[in-house]
Amino acid sequence: MEQNKHWQSFGELNNSEAFQIAGKDEFKQELPFEGAEDGGFFKTPTPRRDFLKYLGFSTAAAAIAASCEIPVKKSIPFANKPEDIVPGVSNYYATTFVQDGDVVSVLAKVRDGRPIKIEGNELSPITEGGTSARVQASVLELYDMARLRFPTMGGNEVTFEAADKGIAAALAGLGGAPVVVLTSTINSPTTLDAINQFIAKFPGSKHVQYDAVSYTGMLLANEATYGKRAIPSYRFENAKVIASIGADFLGTWLSPVEFTKQYAKGRKLEQKNPSLSRHFHFETVASLTGSNADERYLHKPSETGAIAAALLSAVKGQGVSGVSDKVKEGITKAAKELTANKGAALVVSGSNDVNIQIIVNAINEELQASGKTIDWSATVNYKLGIDKNLADLVADMNAGKVGALLVHGANPVYSWYDKDKVVSGLAKVKLSVSFSPKKDETAEHCTYIIPDSHYLESWGDAEPKAGFYSFIQPTIHPLFKTRQWQDSLLKWSGAATDYLTAFKTYWGAKLGGVAGWDKALQDGVATAAGTAITPAAGAFNASGVAGAISAAAGKKGGKYEVVLYQKVGIGAGQGTANPWLMEMPDPVTKATWDNYVIVSPKLALDVLKIDVQNAGQADAYEVNPPKKVLTVTVNGKSVKLPAVIIPGTEENTIGIAVGYGRSKNVGLAALTDEGDPIGQNAFPLASFNGSSVQYFGDADIKLEDDTYIVAMTQTHNVYTTPQGTRTEVMKEFTLNSFKKKPGQVLEDREHELKPWGGVDNFEKDGTIYPVYKKPGIHWGMSVDLNTCVGCGACVVACFAENNIPMVGKREVSRYHDMHWIRIDRYYSGDIDNPTVVFQPLMCQHCDNAPCENVCPVNATNHSSEGLNQMAYNRCIGTRYCANNCPYKVRRFNWADYTGADSFPHNQQGHISNVTMGMNEDLVRMVLNPDVTVRSRGVMEKCSFCVQRLQEGKLKAKKESRPLKTGENNEWDVKTACQQACPTNAIVFGDKNDSKSAVTVNRAENNERMFRVIEQLHTLPNVTYLAKVRNRDEEIVTEG
Amino acid sequence: MTHNRKIASKLTFGSICFISLLFFGGNLYAQNATNGEALFKANCTSCHSMETQLTGPALKGAYDRWKKDNKMLHSWIKNNQKVLASGNVYAVSLQHQFSSAGGMTVFDGILSEAQIDDIIAYLAIYKGPPPAVPGLTPNGEPEGDNTLLYGILTLVLAVVAFVLLQVNANLKKLADDKDGMHTEEPVSFWRNKAYIAFILVVVFLVGGYMTVEGAIGLGREEKFQPKQPIFYSHKVHAGVNQINCMYCHVGTYQGKQATIPSVNICMNCHMAIKEYKGTAKLYTAEGEEINGTAEIQKLYKYANYTPGQPWDAKTAQPIEWTRIHNLPDHVYFNHSQHVVAGKVQCQTCHGEITKMDEVYQFAPLSMGWCINCHRTTKVNFKDNGFYSIYERYQKDMDNHKMDSVTVENIGGTDCQKCHY
Repeated sequence: MEQNKHWQSFGELNNSEAFQIAGKDEFKQELPFEGAEDGGFFKTPTPRRDFLKYLGFSTAAAAIAASCEIPVKKSIPFANKPEDIVPGVSNYYATTFVQDGDVVSVLAKVRDGRPIKIEGNELSPITEGGTSARVQASVLELYDMARLRFPTMGGNEVTFEAADKGIAAALAGLGGAPVVVLTSTINSPTTLDAINQFIAKFPGSKHVQYDAVSYTGMLLANEATYGKRAIPSYRFENAKVIASIGADFLGTWLSPVEFTKQYAKGRKLEQKNPSLSRHFHFETVASLTGSNADERYLHKPSETGAIAAALLSAVKGQGVSGVSDKVKEGITKAAKELTANKGAALVVSGSNDVNIQIIVNAINEELQASGKTIDWSATVNYKLGIDKNLADLVADMNAGKVGALLVHGANPVYSWYDKDKVVSGLAKVKLSVSFSPKKDETAEHCTYIIPDSHYLESWGDAEPKAGFYSFIQPTIHPLFKTRQWQDSLLKWSGAATDYLTAFKTYWGAKLGGVAGWDKALQDGVATAAGTAITPAAGAFNASGVAGAISAAAGKKGGKYEVVLYQKVGIGAGQGTANPWLMEMPDPVTKATWDNYVIVSPKLALDVLKIDVQNAGQADAYEVNPPKKVLTVTVNGKSVKLPAVIIPGTEENTIGIAVGYGRSKNVGLAALTDEGDPIGQNAFPLASFNGSSVQYFGDADIKLEDDTYIVAMTQTHNVYTTPQGTRTEVMKEFTLNSFKKKPGQVLEDREHELKPWGGVDNFEKDGTIYPVYKKPGIHWGMSVDLNTCVGCGACVVACFAENNIPMVGKREVSRYHDMHWIRIDRYYSGDIDNPTVVFQPLMCQHCDNAPCENVCPVNATNHSSEGLNQMAYNRCIGTRYCANNCPYKVRRFNWADYTGADSFPHNQQGHISNVTMGMNEDLVRMVLNPDVTVRSRGVMEKCSFCVQRLQEGKLKAKKESRPLKTGENNEWDVKTACQQACPTNAIVFGDKNDSKSAVTVNRAENNERMFRVIEQLHTLPNVTYLAKVRNRDEEIVTEG
Repeated sequence: MTHNRKIASKLTFGSICFISLLFFGGNLYAQNATNGEALFKANCTSCHSMETQLTGPALKGAYDRWKKDNKMLHSWIKNNQKVLASGNVYAVSLQHQFSSAGGMTVFDGILSEAQIDDIIAYLAIYKGPPPAVPGLTPNGEPEGDNTLLYGILTLVLAVVAFVLLQVNANLKKLADDKDGMHTEEPVSFWRNKAYIAFILVVVFLVGGYMTVEGAIGLGREEKFQPKQPIFYSHKVHAGVNQINCMYCHVGTYQGKQATIPSVNICMNCHMAIKEYKGTAKLYTAEGEEINGTAEIQKLYKYANYTPGQPWDAKTAQPIEWTRIHNLPDHVYFNHSQHVVAGKVQCQTCHGEITKMDEVYQFAPLSMGWCINCHRTTKVNFKDNGFYSIYERYQKDMDNHKMDSVTVENIGGTDCQKCHY
C-alpha cells in the first residue's frame, strides 16, 4: 500500500530543520533570559535592584488595595419592567442578515437588551440554519466605533429635520434633471416599493443596481438563452456530478451558505451504502471550493472560455480540443461522468463573461440539468446588478445629465474599475446623498450622509428567491442618530406613512392579517402560497450558443495573468473593517489581517527565487513572517503586495483578493498600526468589456527589494508527529478504497493499539491510572471531515460566543493568536496541485489529559462530565499545560488584550490599536456576559461552550426531564461551532445516552471514526470521521 | 343487666365510631385547610390579606359574606369575570368597591378545582391570626461573645507570668549572692534576647495569621447592611403580610438574577395601600423610628404618582437600591437553578428575611460556604426526571448501596459548575 504524506507546511514536506524544532517546542519565542549567559543574573535586563523595586511597589499597592473600602454597587431595576425581558435571560428574535443582496435568515440572541450572537434560523427552507463567517461576524458591526452617529451635510452634523429640508429643497430645485437611486442588489419587496414611490415623484428618474462583484454575465446569458434576465435556483443536493469552472460556490459565489448546505447532503457518506456526489473543479487560483473538490484542474484565466467550449463539445461527444493536456484529461473525465448522470449533473461557472455563461447554459441543457439540478420556478434575487447600467450612469454623471444621486449599499468609488470617473462624475451631480452607515469611499464624495441603521436595528424583509420571504425585525433601539433609509425615501417622496406602517400594511395584507403577520415575524420566514417545491425547467433558446463559442474560445493570455478573487471572510470589502473577519485565518491561505498576492510554487521558484522543495529555502520563507514583495501591473495600474505561496494555483497565474485598501474612515481593523490602509485596492485592475466587468487580465510582475510581514497561522501549532505518520492525525481515503476495504481505519487503530490491549481494552490497559466512569452525562463531539468544507463559520461563532480577544496582526505574527478552534489545512500529493483536507481542531477534552497532571496549582482539571476544565482565577501562567498538550490547542494571554488590567491603557502602544479598539465600551457590548473575560497571564482554551451546557441542563432539570441531545433532532444543547456549521459536520452530545446524536453518529460511522493521536492514551472526547473522496484511484492517500 | 350491657356496648361502639369519624373527618378538613393556607400564601397574598384591606378586600369572614355558598365562591375564584357577567349582586358590588385595583386575577388554569376548594376550606375555618405565644419569639440578648474576656484573661495571665519570671530571676540573684556565688546582674527584660525572640515569634505568628485571614476575607461583606433609598421592610411585607417572595422577585424562577422589583410591581399594591397602618413599629438598625407612611410617600415620588390621580407608569423613575449581595465577576450563580431545580428555600442563604426590617447579608457568600452546602445537600434524585440519566446512581439507590445523592455526587464541586 502506497503511503501518501499529509503536510501542513513546506517545512513539514521537506522535514526541514525549522519544522523539527517547531515540533519540539510549544512556544516559539525564546524565554526572556536575554543576557543571562554573559555577565550573570545581575546584569540581565531586570537586575536585582529593579526586582526589589517591583517587589516593594507591589507590596505597597497590595497594602493600599487591601485597606480600601469595598466599593458600594448600585442595583437599579426597571422603573416599569417590560413583560418579556428578564435580566440574565436571553431572548431570541428571528431576523435576517442582509448585506448587498446576500440574505441569510438568522436568530439574534438578545441578552439584557443587547444583541450578542447570531445563530442560523433552522426554519428557513433555504439556509436551514446554516451560517457563514460573515453572518456570524455581522453582530460586531452593530457596535462598530466607525459607524456614523448622526447625519452630516458637507461633513458637519445636521439634524434630520434640517437634512430633510435641505434635501427636499435641493430635489425641488433640480429643474427636471433626473434623480438616480444607486444601490447594491435590493431584494426587499417593500424597499423596492419605497424606491418606486420615490422615483415616481421625479419623472425621468431611475433605480440602478450595482454589485461590486458582478453577476452580469450570468444575467445576460440567461436572458439570451432562457429569455429571462434572472438567475435560477441551483439544487446541488440533486446533483450526483458537479463540475465547476471557477465558481467558488462554497465560499463566495452567489449564495454560499445555501449551496454549502446542499452540497453537504451529497457529501454525507452512509457507511452501509457508501455513495458520494462527484465534484470536478477547474480553477485558476486555489479557492475553498477547489480545495474541497474530488478532482481539481488548474488553468489560466484566459482559457476559461476554451474550457467551457471544450466541455460542451465533450458532453456532446465531439471530442476535446484547444486546451492543455492535463485539463483535457480532466474535461474528458468530467464529461464522461456528467453524461453518464444526465438529469443529475450540474455545471456552474464563476465567470462574468456572457459568452462563457451561454456555453455553460448549453452544457447544462445538454445534461438535462434544467428542471432537475437547476430550478427555474424560483429565480434568485441575490445579485441583480448589470455593469453596463453603472457604466452608463457614470458617463451620464460626467456629462452633467444627473440631477441627484442617492447611494445605498453600493460603493462605486471603491469598487468600480474606473474610480476617477466616478469621483469626477459625483462632483458634477447637484445633490449627492449617501445612506452609508460609515463614511466610506463613496460617502466621502457625497454632500449629505444620512446613515442607515444596522439590520439589527431595522425593520425589513427580503425575498432571496421568488416566493421565499425572510423578515427583519429590530432587536435593539438604534444606538445612534440613524434612520432606516426607506424612511428617508418615503419622507422625501412626500408619502404620508413611514416605512414601518407601509411594511406592516404590505405584509398584513399578504400574510392574512395579524395572526399571519405575527407568525411570520416569529418564524422569520414565510413562503408565498403556491410556491413550487419541485424544480421546473426553463425554455432554452440555443441560437446564441455557436456565436458564444467562437467569441469565448480561442482567447490568448500573456505570460503571467492575474485573477481578482473574493476572500471568504472579506467578500468585496464588507468584512475589511470587522476585526473578527480580519483575524479569522483565510480558509485557503491561513493568513490573517492582510492582502497579498497568491503565487504558485513554480512561480515562486521563477520570480521569487524560492524553492519550496528545498528545506533551507522553504524554512526561510515559512519561518520568517516577512514575505517578498511583488509589484503587479495590469493595464498600467499596479499594486505592490507581498507574495504568498499557495499550492493549487496555476503556474503562471497570480491571485489578488479584493476588499482591501479601504478608506481610513471605515474602521481601525482596516488599518495597520501605523494608520495606513491594510493592503491595496485590487478593483482598479479589473476591466470593462462593454457589457460586463472582467476580473482578470495580463500582468507584468516585478520582484521588489523590500519585504512585508504577513501573519499566517498554519505553522503556529505544529504537532510533534514525525513526518510520515500523519495517519494518527488525518485519515483520508477514496470512495473506491473505502468500499473495497471498509474496515481499514478500525484495522489501523487495532494495529496501533495492540500493545496496550487493542481498541476495546485500550482505556483500561493503556494506563496505570484508574479508569473513571462518568456517572451522568459524558460530553462528546464528533466531527465529520467529509462534510466539513473549512469555511470558518465555526471559528467566528466561537469568537462571538466565548469572548475571544482579537490580538491584531503583530501578535498573530508572534504566534499569539487566541482562537479556541482552528481549522488545520493539510496538503497531500502533487505539490503543484495537491489534495486539500480541512480538520477543525479544538480542545479534545481528553479523559486522560496530559495538561491536567502537570498543572502545579490544579487550575486545569477534569469534570465529572468529561470536560477538561480551566479555572482562570487559579491559573498562575506557568504554561506547563500548553507545553504538555499534544494537540496544541491551549492559548495563553500574553498581554492584557481585554483591558482587564487595573491600569487602563497601560498596554497602549504595546498591543495593536485594533485590540485596544475592541475594549471600547461600545464594542464591549457584544461580550457574552456568561463567559469570563480573561486577563493577562492566564491560559484558556475551548470549554465545549460550558455555559451553553449548563443552560441546557438547567432547562431540562426545571422541566424535570432527561436532557435532549439530538434524539429526534431535539436539542437542549448545541455548541456555538455546531450551531454555526452550515453542513452539520459537528455533532455534540451526551455519550452516555445511547440515543443521542453523537452516539448514533459514532455508531453509524464506526468504520470511519478515529481519534487524533489516539495511541498516546489521552482518550479524547472529540472523534473524527475520516475523509473520503470520490476518485477513481483505489488508494490516494492514507497517511 | 344483659340488656344494659348490650346498650353499653352499642354505645361504646357508636361513640368510638363517632369520635373516630369526628377526628378523621376533622383531620381531613384540617388537611384541606392547611393546603389551602399554603395556596393562599402563594397565590393570594399579593392582593389580599386576611386581616387588612390591601388591593383587594380583607378575606376574614369572606366565606360568610358569600353566604357560605361554596359553589358560587368557587366560580368567583376560578373566573370572576363569568360571575360578574352573571350579575351576582355581591360580586358586582365588590367590583364597584375595588374598581381602582383593576379587577381580580382569573385563576382558571392556574389553580386546579381541588386547590380552589382547599382555599375555600381555609377561608371557612379562618378565625384570626394565631395568638402570639410569649417566650417563643426569640428576642433574647444575643449570646455574648467571650473572645474579649478570654483575651483579657490571657493578657493578665501573661503579665503575671512575666512578673513572676522577673521576680524569680531577682530572687535567684539574691539567693546566689547569699550563697556567695557571683552571678551577673540580670539583664533587663527589654534586652533579654530570649524575650525579644519570643515576642518576635509571637508577633510574626499572630500578624501572619491576621494578614492571611484578612486577605482571605478581602471583598467579603457578611453582615453588610447599607442604608437604602427607601426604608423597605421585608418584615412588614414578607413577614407580617406574608407576601410570597417571588411575587416581587420575579426573576427567581426564570434566571440568574432574582431581580429587584421594578416600581410598577410596588405600585400594584401601593396604589391601594397609601399609608402604613401596621401595629409593629419600624426601627432602623441604629434604633431610629421610621414613619412607614412617609416611606410610601418616597415610593410615590419615584413612581411620580399622586394619590387619587390616575398613574402613568411611563413617568416613573427607577429606584437606585444599594446592592447587598455581590458575587465576584468570575462566579456564575443562578437563582432558578437553586430555587426551581434544587428547591432551596430563600432563607437558607438569605437568613430569616421575614424578620429583617433592613436586610443585611446573612451568609458569607464565600467559596467554602458554597462548597460546604454542595457537599451536604441532597438532590431531589428520585423526584426530578432529569436524574434518570444517572443510571449507576439510580441502580445503587435501588439496591440500597446509596441512600442519597448529594450535589457533589453529580458534579456540584467541579470548577466549571460556577466558573466559566
